[in-house]
Amino acid sequence: MMKCVLDLQVTSVERLSERYVLLAATNPVGPLPEMRPGQFAQLRIDDSKETFLRRPISLHSVDYEKNEVCFLVQKVGKGTASLWQKQPGSTLNAILPLGKGFTMPLSPEQRFLLVGGGVGIAPLLFMGEAMQRQGARPVFLLGARSKSDLLRLDAYRACGDVYITTEDGSEGEKGFVTQHSILQKEKFDNIAVCGPKPMMMSMASYAKSKGIPCEVSLENMMACGLGACLCCVEDTLDGNVCVCKEGPVFGVEKLKW
Amino acid sequence: MEIMADLCVDIAGLRLANPVLTASGTFGYGLEYQDFVDLSLLGGIIVKGTTLEPREGNPYPRMAETAQGMLNCVGLQNKGVDYFCRHIYPQIKDIKTNMIVNVSGNSPEDYAECAARINELDCIPAIELNISCPNVKHGGMAFGTTTEGAASVVKAVREAYKKTLIVKLSPNVTSITDIALAVQDAGADAVSLINTLMGMAIDIEKRKRILSIGTGGLSGPCIKPVALRMVYQVARAVKVPVIGLGGISNAKDAIEFLLAGASAIEIGTANFLDPTISVKVVQGIDEYLEKHSFKSVKEIIGICE
Repeated sequence: MMKCVLDLQVTSVERLSERYVLLAATNPVGPLPEMRPGQFAQLRIDDSKETFLRRPISLHSVDYEKNEVCFLVQKVGKGTASLWQKQPGSTLNAILPLGKGFTMPLSPEQRFLLVGGGVGIAPLLFMGEAMQRQGARPVFLLGARSKSDLLRLDAYRACGDVYITTEDGSEGEKGFVTQHSILQKEKFDNIAVCGPKPMMMSMASYAKSKGIPCEVSLENMMACGLGACLCCVEDTLDGNVCVCKEGPVFGVEKLKW
Repeated sequence: MEIMADLCVDIAGLRLANPVLTASGTFGYGLEYQDFVDLSLLGGIIVKGTTLEPREGNPYPRMAETAQGMLNCVGLQNKGVDYFCRHIYPQIKDIKTNMIVNVSGNSPEDYAECAARINELDCIPAIELNISCPNVKHGGMAFGTTTEGAASVVKAVREAYKKTLIVKLSPNVTSITDIALAVQDAGADAVSLINTLMGMAIDIEKRKRILSIGTGGLSGPCIKPVALRMVYQVARAVKVPVIGLGGISNAKDAIEFLLAGASAIEIGTANFLDPTISVKVVQGIDEYLEKHSFKSVKEIIGICE
């Protein structure tokens, strides 16, 4: 899969709340490259004096017909705050696609559970949409602090079944994703997880206890995003490996969790 | 890409098609960048630091972003020289540019042994010695911080290594010129400078140092003025060619180093921000020469008063 540096053009900016923004961007000079769910882009931050490096942001959704890629960004620091302020028509320089993605179902009958917490739900929509195109129906289990932190539920519901937990009980079941009753009621062939590390660790131990293959998406701090600088390493059973190149998606059996 | 001027430079007998190299640790083995860059357009690629034995490097976190730069404490993670010779060299030997290996070690003997193995590889015309590593037998002070330490490594390697020997100097010293003269006398064919500047970053919320080992090497545009001053001084003190690096982010920066006395330059951290920057710098140097009616890049090396 060929990586490239593109001057994308922002086509729409939807500020979902004070903390989250949905950016859609197109490649004005040609088709977007082939991308896989779980891969990410290194976005250049153009108007922040206090940042230096690019920001790794997962691919939220890709529409090849519209030649459009979407990013769901949470405002965390100065870099993401700069992305939050993007305007339609502005340039979004991106290196993509980077890293290895999630394992996809081998057949439409396979039951995949896609578990997301907070902004970690972002790459799961791309995965759900890709599964839908294969004829598979994903099951999403999405967790958030509160109802107002649940993002883009309609988009997730459009391609699969959606189950929700909130910590305050304002939507779905109260508690954490690992406590949701769907885990007791249904059997799954595979689990894909992206979210805060404690959540991914408890999902990983759940999957291990049930013998279900499980992949998690890590977000170690990165510099190059290309496997050159060796800054973003995760200590795995194979030693220190670059999250940007060998990940960001790892089978939990490879991790020392 | 059309090149008008003669960009060819000579580093102690090593011919570079142009003066632009990529710095060790920022460009992998070149392979990581081949989707973005026609590698044959570069003067050379200095691959990842290689040691005699495999190294796991330091724990995560290894990086901290700073104003106009970054700190790293990767700690020379690599699979060792045997793995390099067996598995990586076959993948890179046909890349049509100068593939230069950066060599690190714990003792002069380690360095020499590692260099001797690389001496056997036909398609590696030069090595760059990283003398900023701690001298394990002598209290862990970096070899490159004393004239004796630096000379001891270079002497040992010089006996084992027959091709072009570049020595990469640490800026974390009182007089980089003295170190440069010492490695020249010990047999270096060229010097490259500067390696990263030692620094630190603190997370005020956690009230802890960010990097796993507390300190790390600072790189990026923030170090460029320091690097430029050191290149200027060393180029005037030594007879061997000088390769300049430290925060070079564009053709203008590169030209400043050439004017200061560097015969070639290395691009490091800038590769992270724009993976195509190295070839853009080659082109930018060419445009500068053409604009100012220089026929060859050699005409501008060291001409700044």
